[in-house]
Amino acid sequence: MLLAQTSVVDSNVSNYWLALVIKALVVLIIFLVVPLAVGYMEHKVLAHMQARLGPMEAGVFHGWAQLMADGAKFIQKEDVIPAAADRAVFSIAPGVALVPYLVVLVVIPFGGDIFALNLDIGIFFVLAMSSIGVLGVLMAGWSSANKFSLMGALRAAAQLIAYELPLVLAAAAAVMLAGTLSLVGIVEAQQNIWYVFPLFPLFLVFMMAAVAELTRPPFDMPVADSEIIFGAYTEYTGLKFAFFLLSEYGGIVVMSAVASVLFLGGYLPLPGLSVIPGPIWMFGKIFALSFVIVWLRATFPRLREDQLQRFAWIKLVPVTLLWILGVAFVKVATG
Amino acid sequence: MATTETQGAQQNTQKEQGIGLGLLTGLSVTLRTMLKRSVTVQYPHVKPDLPARTRGVIALKEANCTVCYKCSRECPDWCIYIDAHKETHEPAGGGRARSAKILDRFAIDFALCMYCGICVEVCPFDALFWSPEFEYAEYDINDMVHERERLEEWTYTVLPPPALEEGAEAPAGDEAQEASA
Repeated sequence: MLLAQTSVVDSNVSNYWLALVIKALVVLIIFLVVPLAVGYMEHKVLAHMQARLGPMEAGVFHGWAQLMADGAKFIQKEDVIPAAADRAVFSIAPGVALVPYLVVLVVIPFGGDIFALNLDIGIFFVLAMSSIGVLGVLMAGWSSANKFSLMGALRAAAQLIAYELPLVLAAAAAVMLAGTLSLVGIVEAQQNIWYVFPLFPLFLVFMMAAVAELTRPPFDMPVADSEIIFGAYTEYTGLKFAFFLLSEYGGIVVMSAVASVLFLGGYLPLPGLSVIPGPIWMFGKIFALSFVIVWLRATFPRLREDQLQRFAWIKLVPVTLLWILGVAFVKVATG
Repeated sequence: MATTETQGAQQNTQKEQGIGLGLLTGLSVTLRTMLKRSVTVQYPHVKPDLPARTRGVIALKEANCTVCYKCSRECPDWCIYIDAHKETHEPAGGGRARSAKILDRFAIDFALCMYCGICVEVCPFDALFWSPEFEYAEYDINDMVHERERLEEWTYTVLPPPALEEGAEAPAGDEAQEASA
């Protein structure tokens, strides 16, 4: 394969530690900036889908600084820990929810040689890491000593177990077609055709499972505010709560990035538009998929808990398994 | 049994609508709403265009007031304060001395007012009007009592009443009464 196996940083910076710092900084900046942009987009898109304007004041121009203002507000708030809470677990939980998405971002390629790390087991690493975030939600719910938190955490656990399976299976189909677990490899394998075309049902399954993994509407029963206040996050205030919010938007960015790598050709341009560089394509695809996730939130009401489970186990999983079987047959038949 | 029945009903409605068609309709509604211009008026920057009947604040045209106390008696909240005294004066051509009520104080406590408009309705000489102005919030609740000078100022903001609908009856007023008499 014509893969540039070293990243652009490594080929230009000879000092190992300097290259490491540069890569870590870039990943951190992306992790702090892009989720804010997605959050702002959610504010605005949601508002306009409801014939409103959304934030208009902060930062003078169409409220662009709203989320920074929100962040400043969260920092000033009192950090309340319930008396009966397990203080250590309660305090660690937001970090456990947030850091996995930051770590996932390390392996996401933004161009043929623009990535921090090209792991041979890239997609495996992504799915493993994104599952750790669930642990943060469980820790938060259990340590809060609040029945609503506990119910939210249990719902989250049940939901994430149910939807991890279709998510992994849909990703597995793309991996089978590409013949590699490396994210750069999967993108490069889509030079001829993006996998969204041969694997369209699996793309839908992946997106639905991703929305459920992120506990976003219409699959937001773990934080169903009309039933259980705010689920596992009920007792959280101030900066810790902001961490959970950031992990939600970070999760949207990461899941959109993974979906565009697996199905939408990642940083590959549309035919005839290769003038536009890869990173712009990658960010464009991330924002397009994030828009779809926000769009779903603006459109659909929340499902019931049992509907959610039934949908995952008797619809998504069999469909995905059948399609994988088909992919396997085609793969073997064509050699 | 009950659950199987509801499941059957769900499956039936799904078959009637076609799977996913309703979902797509919903998505298209939100997308089309997003592409339309928002109707929000950006209030502090743009003043709202309020209709003439808006119940913003009550204005007093003092020259029309005969101090009949009808408004203050009808007020459910008792938020209208009227003080007056009687003055008698001899007519120039001689005869019985005439008395007239002179207004000393007319105030409306908008902290109590519930904007029912009964005072405006009941006023026999058109001394009270609705004005669409609404920006008179105060830091001190005592300042919500508007004295007669302030109530007079509000009359400058009263809008002319909207035109009658076509084919509507002529309003029962002085002219109508005179014509029938």
